[in-house]
Amino acid sequence: MAEPDNAELLALEHEGDLASFCPHCHAPLNMYDAGTRRVWVGLAVRVNGAACGLLLDPRLDASERRCSDGWNDGDLAEDVICPHCEASLLEADGRCERCEAPVFGLEVSVHTRVVPLALCTRAGCPWHGISTRTRAKILAESPRQKKPEQDAMLRVRNFSEVSYGYDGEQAVAEAGRCLQCKKPTCVDGCPVGVDIPGFVSLIAGSEFAAAAQRIRLRNALPAICGRVCPQDQQCEKLCLLGKKGEPLAVGALERFAADFERETDQVRLPRRATKTGLRVAVVGSGPAGLTLAADLGVQGHSVTIFEALHKAGGVLVYGIPEFRLPKSIVEAETGNLRRLGVKFELNSIVGKLYGLQELFDLGFDAVYIATGAGLPGFMGLPGENLCNVVSANEYLTRVNLMKAYLFPEYDTPAPKGRRVAVVGGGNVAMDCARTALRMGAREATIVYRRTRDEMPARDEEIQHAEQEGVRFHYLTGPVGYVGDEQHWVRQLQGVRMKMGEPDESGRRRPIPIVGSNFLLDVDLVIVAVGAGPNKVLFEGAEGLERNARGYIRTFTESGRTSVPKVWAGGDIVTGAATVILAMGAARQAADDMHAYLSDGQTAWL
Amino acid sequence: MYSIADRQELTKRDMISLTIEAPLIARKIVPGQFVVVRVNETGERVPLTVAYRDAATGTITIIFQVVGKSTALLASLGVGDAIKDLCGPLGAPGHFEKVGTVVGIGGGSGIAVLHHLLSGHKEAGNRLIGIIGAREKDLLILEDEMRALCDELVVTTDDGSSGEHGLVTDALKALVERQERIDQVLAVGPLVMMRAVTEMTRIYGLPTEVSLNPIMVDGTGMCGGCRCTVGGETRFACVDGPHFDAFKVDFDELIQRNQMYGRDERISLLTSIKVR
Ligand SMILES: Cc1cc2nc3c(=O)[nH]c(=O)nc-3n(C[C@H](O)[C@H](O)[C@H](O)COP(=O)(O)OP(=O)(O)OC[C@H]3O[C@@H](n4cnc5c(N)ncnc54)[C@H](O)[C@@H]3O)c2cc1C
Ligand code: FES
Repeated sequence: MAEPDNAELLALEHEGDLASFCPHCHAPLNMYDAGTRRVWVGLAVRVNGAACGLLLDPRLDASERRCSDGWNDGDLAEDVICPHCEASLLEADGRCERCEAPVFGLEVSVHTRVVPLALCTRAGCPWHGISTRTRAKILAESPRQKKPEQDAMLRVRNFSEVSYGYDGEQAVAEAGRCLQCKKPTCVDGCPVGVDIPGFVSLIAGSEFAAAAQRIRLRNALPAICGRVCPQDQQCEKLCLLGKKGEPLAVGALERFAADFERETDQVRLPRRATKTGLRVAVVGSGPAGLTLAADLGVQGHSVTIFEALHKAGGVLVYGIPEFRLPKSIVEAETGNLRRLGVKFELNSIVGKLYGLQELFDLGFDAVYIATGAGLPGFMGLPGENLCNVVSANEYLTRVNLMKAYLFPEYDTPAPKGRRVAVVGGGNVAMDCARTALRMGAREATIVYRRTRDEMPARDEEIQHAEQEGVRFHYLTGPVGYVGDEQHWVRQLQGVRMKMGEPDESGRRRPIPIVGSNFLLDVDLVIVAVGAGPNKVLFEGAEGLERNARGYIRTFTESGRTSVPKVWAGGDIVTGAATVILAMGAARQAADDMHAYLSDGQTAWL
Repeated sequence: MYSIADRQELTKRDMISLTIEAPLIARKIVPGQFVVVRVNETGERVPLTVAYRDAATGTITIIFQVVGKSTALLASLGVGDAIKDLCGPLGAPGHFEKVGTVVGIGGGSGIAVLHHLLSGHKEAGNRLIGIIGAREKDLLILEDEMRALCDELVVTTDDGSSGEHGLVTDALKALVERQERIDQVLAVGPLVMMRAVTEMTRIYGLPTEVSLNPIMVDGTGMCGGCRCTVGGETRFACVDGPHFDAFKVDFDELIQRNQMYGRDERISLLTSIKVR
């Protein structure tokens, strides 16, 4: 096969299109011809009986078929032959009808073309002419593309995003690892059922914006989910590639597609249905509230979100740090909602400024409660109210929402410490420890009562924390804090634990080891041990039933509550969970609310 | 955006009163509740107790002393300027019932809050005795308004430049000594003042309520920065309070906790002066 000619590659760059390369031998797999605005496919075929390296989209009219290699510009190709079995590929749709070799490039598009990795034809490339089974085997052993990241030593000094994400080349290469399973198990692991093989194959074909649109069919916040979803516990956990080697990097690919779409201004919002004249109030602007607003907004309802804080986004803006989820991304998403006609009432606390029932008096036809689990958890230990013992919520809110990392340019300070202890093992704890390092701590230690395997944080966050030098004290828990005369915390009193028998939830319970107490010198303690429901909402919400833990009780999958026309979802129903579960709940509620509102139903439960 | 409808300098010493257009909050807020103010994009969230509200014109009034960068920033606003964010009403609403005679003790800018609270007690049909104090005459606010509201008013200054020479606790003691019947004491002001009042009323066995002012961030019960120990339990002042039974409050802890950002506040102020 011919090496790509420089002029062609230049033209390619000039056009801003992305080339794809074989992940194994780095041969270019497609090329864009600026003159004809068509893409040549890197496939060794025989055209009109002669072998040639590059072939134009074989489904074009005979008069348009041209070959780049061994053929003169303008030569017509009357037939295209499968490189494996010599069958004609003119009618083939996806696979050669005879030998089942995959045939790509059958869809006509002026910009980019799907390229089969298995058809890289460069001499010596292992992809040449192999069977599907061998291919699966090789793919399983192929290494996952590494996301380029800021160097750990550098990044602990700044708040810029840790991971840069894939570039086009890497994304195409990673997408090429997908087995395209007929029964994709990964999709079962996705709480909102994103068509993973579908969008991945679009990326493999460099159809990046289309890939993002495919994701958007099920997930309204892909740039966010690609960054913060616990993929290692969901889709990637079920990926067949993971059985033998490393699973496909679904999260990184999702992020790539969404970033591409946003950065190239190709976000295409779904068209709004004609106005229904019905009004929906959403309480809380976290992922649940945003998703619901997007879904119902598209259906033509007029949606108003009431948010207690001065910025929309919930945990996405006040909790998750900038270095993990840049706030500009959340703003872009809330901006998209505004474009859909969703109204935001910030600084508006339901329960204080409006009662729940009052929302109906204001003319809303239905209410969705998505107020999250915003109440910080404390352990009730001696010394917990010393100066510089703070909740994770306070620490993160000061640093993220109030931008204390830019103090004194921004007016809000954050508590400072040189030796920081963070109690807990979830994402929240990782975020606090890594934030503390960036805020100048010399040492940040996670104090967690179970072991690394039980830590609920995302794998990637744990690894990042380790790389950044966060220390981990596993199987330890605090029993109190010691302060100095001025009431500032100086030491954490800890006790070592061992793992006991599994409890009802199936998790093994840590048991303190008698006599194993120890002291840890600290000057800042951040308590990141779970959260509860904020009760402010419940002022003036008569009849809204709650469960024993204080969360809202729902009576249907879709989140109907004990009060007619009031739905609830996200953390305020489940307790602290994840972004994607909150979104999944909102999607179900949106479908039900739309049906209820449009049918004029009256039966509630 | 919330526009400033009126601005007054109450004394020569940086006691400012701002009236802000906020019809929704004005409709809902009751005496003792507060709002959180964020002046601009880089500003802090500052909790300020509301001193008056006027539901008819849709305004609320806050009164504060300039003590740091954020209050200086607020003080720099004039009529027609706007505040970026205003959130409220926050805090548990005060409850007002007829108990007989209520003694309200206020110090510094706390007098403004006291005035609002006492108006609630007046409406409930109570007899009011006010005691207001300040270091010096130029820090004393709302004397006329308090005089109009209360059945009796005692004014004290530390240096004797106005009213009686002494502390508010001296005036309280005088009331007790002349056998005044007191059913409820209300103290609003600096923590040391509230602590001193509480120490005294504890001895006399007079039920006392104080209005706490811990450091806050959100004011909605989300961060726990405002936590205080009340009756041996941790309570969030922004949602459980800010009014608590004075005898149960751990003042010493709160006084210590309120110093947590002292150093940062100085840095913030110094930087802002340099920038200006
Ligand atoms: C630091 C941190 C890191 C996390 N990291 C991850 C992660 O990496 N991956 C992941 O999947 N999940 C993560 N989570 C969990 C995830 O963020 C939550 O599960 C998710 O945000 C829940 O969404 P929600 O919409 O239910 O509520 P929230 O996001 O909590 O939003 C609730 C909103 O409602 C507002 N509100 C509350 N009460 C009222 C009221 N009375 N009136 C008006 N508004 C009100 C709040 O101000 C808030 O904005 C993290 C959580 C935290 C705290
Ligand atoms: S100010 Fe944050 S909880 Fe009270």
